This record gives sequence, C-alpha cells and structure tokens, in this order.
Amino acid sequence: MTRKVVITGLGATTPIGGDVPTMWKNALKGVSGARTLEADWVKEYELPVTFAAQVTTPASEVLTRVEAKRMDPSTQFAVIAAREAWRDSGLEELDHDRFAVAFATGIGGVWTLLDAWDTLRAKGPRRVLPMTVPMLMPNGPAAAVSLDLGARAGAHTPVSACASGTEALHQGLELIRSGKADVVMCGGAEAAIHPMPIAAFASMQALSRRNDDPEHASRPYDVDRDGFVMGEGAGALLIEAEEHALARGARIYGELAGTSVTADAYHITAPDPGGLGATRALKAAMFDARVQPSDVVHVNAHATSTPVGDKPEYVALKTALGSHLDSVAVSATKSQTGHLLGASGAVEAVMTVLSVYERKAPVTINLENQDPEIPLDIVTAARDLPQGDVVALSNSFGFGGHNAVIVVKNV
Amino acid sequence: MASNEEILAGLAEIVNEETGLAPESVEMDKSFTDDLDIDSISMMTIVVNAEEKFGVRIPDEEVKNLKTVGDAVGFIANAQA
Repeated sequence: MTRKVVITGLGATTPIGGDVPTMWKNALKGVSGARTLEADWVKEYELPVTFAAQVTTPASEVLTRVEAKRMDPSTQFAVIAAREAWRDSGLEELDHDRFAVAFATGIGGVWTLLDAWDTLRAKGPRRVLPMTVPMLMPNGPAAAVSLDLGARAGAHTPVSACASGTEALHQGLELIRSGKADVVMCGGAEAAIHPMPIAAFASMQALSRRNDDPEHASRPYDVDRDGFVMGEGAGALLIEAEEHALARGARIYGELAGTSVTADAYHITAPDPGGLGATRALKAAMFDARVQPSDVVHVNAHATSTPVGDKPEYVALKTALGSHLDSVAVSATKSQTGHLLGASGAVEAVMTVLSVYERKAPVTINLENQDPEIPLDIVTAARDLPQGDVVALSNSFGFGGHNAVIVVKNV
Repeated sequence: MASNEEILAGLAEIVNEETGLAPESVEMDKSFTDDLDIDSISMMTIVVNAEEKFGVRIPDEEVKNLKTVGDAVGFIANAQA
C-alpha cells in the first residue's frame, strides 16, 4: 500500500510578493514583477537585456545581517521560503531523524562564485573569504534549510536546470513513500540576476529584449513572445505522510498524488519538437497518481514565453490529455513572476496547491494575440475551478532535456 | 601606528561585522573560541579583515596562537611597530 503524501505548509519569496499570501493575491489579480534593473553593472557591461524580475522583499529585510553574511543570495531565499512553510505547517514537535530536505537550485551560488573570482583577481588569494566554498556550492540551500530546521534524514539537491524545483517534489514524494522520511521540506531557490548569467542567456537568444517595456516582456503563448524574463526567489512546500499530518490535526492543502521525471535524450537545449519526453512525463505522473486525463481541471504550465518552448508543451499536453484538454484551465504564471529557473517549479507548485485548495486558477498576463498554433484555454482573468474532486498538474522542463511533472489532488 | 585601544576598537568592529557580537563584549581577556564562540571560519575572516584594516600580515601559522583578543591586539601592535 503506497503511503499517501499531503502538503501542509507553503512558503515563497518572489517577484510578485515576499510571502505566500502576497504572492497569491497578486497572482489572482495579474501583476508583472519585471522592472528595469537599477544596478550599475547594466550600463557598465552594456548588457543587451536591461530588466529582470527581482524579489519584492530584499532578503536583508527578513534575515539578520549575520545570517545573510554566511549565505549566498540563493540560500537566503531558500531559508526565507522554508521558514515560512515551516511556520505555516504548524509543525512543532517531530522526529527530526525522520525529517528530510529536498531543495533544488538550477545554478547555485553564482554571485558568491563570481564575487570571489573578482576578489581573487583584484586583491589576491588572501582576500578570498573562507566561507566561499560553502556559499557557492549548489547544495548550499538544502544544507542551510536542513541546519535551520534540524532536518536530519538527509538534505538532497536535485539539479536539473529549470526542472529542478519540480524534481525536488518528486524526490520528496519518493523519500516518504519509500519510508525513509515522514516529513520533507521541498523547494527550489535561484538568485542568478547577475551580469554573467544575463549575458549568457542573452547570448543564446533565450531572453526577451523588450527593454523599453519590461512589464509586457513575459508573454507566454502570445504571437509576439520573444524570450523569457529572468526571475529570482524561492518556493517551499512542506510535505508529509498523510497519517503523520492527520495524527497532529494539521491543516491539509491537498495531496501530492504523483510525480514523474523523464529525459528527452534529444538535444542539450532544444525541446523535442514532438514533446515526446514531456508527454511521457505527463502520462507517467498521472499514472503514478492513479488519475485519468478526464480528472484534470487545471494545468500550471511551464510556458516560459520563448518562441520555441511554448508550443512543444502544448503538443505534449494535447497528446497526454487528448480532447479533454479543451476543458482544462491553463495558467502561465511566468507571465507575472518571470522565470525563476531552478526555483520556478517550486513557486509554481505552491500556486498549483493553492489553486486546488482555493479552487482558483491564477492569471496569465500579457496575452494579447494568442498564438493560433497553441489553442489552449488560457486563464487571463482569475477563474473559479469546479467543486468536487479536482486534479491539477504543474510542468517544468529544463536545459538538458529534463521533464518533471507533479499531480496535486484535493483531499 | 594605532594605540592598543584603537586596535581593540577596530577589532571589535570587525568581530561585530562578522558575528553580530556587541563591540563592547570584545575585551582583551576574552578567548575567541571559549568566550566569544567564534568558529575557525569566522576567525579566518576576522584575520583577513584585520590584515586589511591595520595594514599588517598575520601568517596562517600565527593564527592558532591568537587565543585571546589581547593576543591579537598585541600581535597587530607589534606588526605595526
């Protein structure tokens, strides 16, 4: 008998809100987190892209100075989101040896790495700070969350580019089902709004160049979409074995009913045009959750707003859900948050869970002329989801051909 | 050339910046590890920052001999002389 796993705590720090209530209120309203970057380095390097979606609440307003000093910004975001999810869960006493962490990142401590390199070049090796390695390592966020909350059943770090955050939930579910843990803090964090990653993503033509109009730059499914908008932040979800949650009388948001991870094995960056890997991931996740395509009422899509990425996801959804797709409400929340890379799946999972819990689908902004090749029912004004039993999916795909899908059910 | 009091005040500032400890708790007879609970990584950060602030070099092999705040103030004063 497979253990049932439920979601009991949510946390986030994002470009549309520094906590879950603010983020969710904005997600239902439809706002843009994208702004022109004020940093000096934008002009200094004459970056081809001059905007991004930064967190609304700087980490320095939440953490103490000494806490922040020992953490890369990606880890700061992780700890902020995880603390919120922890408080939200109401968990106080638990067996910490049965409490695990699965906290993802796409890139890791890129600010720390490159700051240390700048210091080495400018001032020599003596000035490279001793905390540099623990701050730049990609397992930094997972380790810091484990340390902060006393999670001792392992601290895992899935790294699969933009699928990382969703893969963290996959790992968390497996840890509980296999009996290795009863409670897992899952999530993803990213802080890569630094000139080097911007230059690199711009160089591969992945970023929107709508420099004169940042708020309308992230426009998934629109015919004029021209790339994604860099975002940053973190999302966190506390998941636990159902019997564990019931025994303590926890408020349960929903069931993490199934997950899946597949690989395209097609191309290092380009999505498989037939969406084969994504299709397999969708089918496998629904099979894992023991649900039928006809049970699905909502999809929080990956939809990054790139010309090449949005359509294969539609093809995969069409193949996996068939004609039922016509009655599925699809939200592309990256239109609001930008693309949080390794954190995106976690933030979107938080929204998907809230969609099921509150029966509301968040808004896709900036859809003015829907791409005729992507005939999805896209949510452009907050929409109520049906009462009764509902199932929602959240997709994430990453460079490397990574596909990850989660299935959330009401309880 | 800074006086011992100036060095102590400067060091207290560096310790506060790294650990959050109140500058007035950084006293000459306090042990970095036993009294101030400063770990080896923070100690190395403090050493590197002190080198920059006071324009001295504190060799790695010397750091283990700097057990108290007074040891560090004395070393920096000598190195500046």
